[in-house]
Amino acid sequence: MKRIWPKLVILAILCTPVPSWAGSSMAASIRNCTWCHGTGAQGYTVGPRLAGQRAAYIEAQLRGYAAHIRDNPYSKQYMWGAAANLRTDTMRDLADYFASLPPKAAHDGRRALAEKGQTIYLQGIPEANIVACLACHGPGGQGVREIPRLGGLSYFYLKRRLQEWGQGYHSTPDSPMPQVASTLGPDEVEALASYLSFVK
Amino acid sequence: MKIVGLHSALRTAILATALSAGLSIAAHADAFQAKLAYCKTCHGLSGQGYHGYYAMPRLAGQQPKYIENQLRAFIEHRRKNEIMANVAHSLSPSMLSALAHHFRDLNPPPLGGGGSRGAMATGKRIYEEGLPESNVPACSACHGQDARGQDQIPRLAGQLPDYFYSKLVNWTAERGQNTSMPDSSAVMGPTSHNLTKSQIAAVAAYVSSLR
Repeated sequence: MKRIWPKLVILAILCTPVPSWAGSSMAASIRNCTWCHGTGAQGYTVGPRLAGQRAAYIEAQLRGYAAHIRDNPYSKQYMWGAAANLRTDTMRDLADYFASLPPKAAHDGRRALAEKGQTIYLQGIPEANIVACLACHGPGGQGVREIPRLGGLSYFYLKRRLQEWGQGYHSTPDSPMPQVASTLGPDEVEALASYLSFVK
Repeated sequence: MKIVGLHSALRTAILATALSAGLSIAAHADAFQAKLAYCKTCHGLSGQGYHGYYAMPRLAGQQPKYIENQLRAFIEHRRKNEIMANVAHSLSPSMLSALAHHFRDLNPPPLGGGGSRGAMATGKRIYEEGLPESNVPACSACHGQDARGQDQIPRLAGQLPDYFYSKLVNWTAERGQNTSMPDSSAVMGPTSHNLTKSQIAAVAAYVSSLR
């Protein structure tokens, strides 16, 4: 009976659920991301917020960088290299980790344009063939599955991404976003990016 | 000189009329293509449907009279859907009709993803035989053996299973909402209540696999 206790203790330690990212290599991978995406992953300069982003979206984008599908300038410059040597399971673990962090809204858009942006987001402009964003991104900009959360991302990031879709850069195969962007003028882009930066 | 002047004026006038008629036809064609691209942004580039935050239905192969009736239903508040009410309100009657007919001839493969083999088999049985003990008629009686519908009765073949499911579960909360304009959606009311959720999911799985 006595001898069974040390074995039980070892067994208990082995069976304690340890998140796979708790290993030192995972901590290093996370740190590689947060150099640019900000400590807490709330976004930093040109690096978008990852906290609270949809896990399936992050994972799909990482695969897209590794396969050189997402080809806008910052992606080529930074993310192609960053994703080049990530294993599939590391991509998934990183995606799950960042998705689990609570997001904060950037609040950096132009207040005066937020109302116009909200109207476009919720209703579109049918007369101008501009679709309502909420149909895919959800009523609170929360996203779903591989469709990204937009609420609270920074104004500068949102604006740049909408412009890049319109300029013909690629991101996700079969995405309707090139069509969406082709209907948006500079004023609509400004308004949407402003509105979304305030969404919690 | 006078006659020549008259001739050339006449020629110019005819030319101008023909040109403006041509331009207005071209403008109409452009407006139609732009509106079509707008529809397909959400309903799929081949009308195959799309899984956004909401499931957006397949329109490919759909009955024109059904699409037309639904677009009018959004406008007349018979069918409740805020997004589509906005969309439909911006359509002229001729545009509405032209759009309704466009999707008829599209035939992309179904997106599928409906459910297990077992669910599909149950769904097929309900679709073809109904559930007499629960007062559920065979779906095929109205929607056709091939589920392609007829006139105002919609095609179900290839429909997104999650769209199909959410419509049937919410049928009486979304359809027939204008009491002063009762419509044919009332036919589905009792059936939608007599089916259990798992039976609805089974039929959704079955029809979503049909081409």
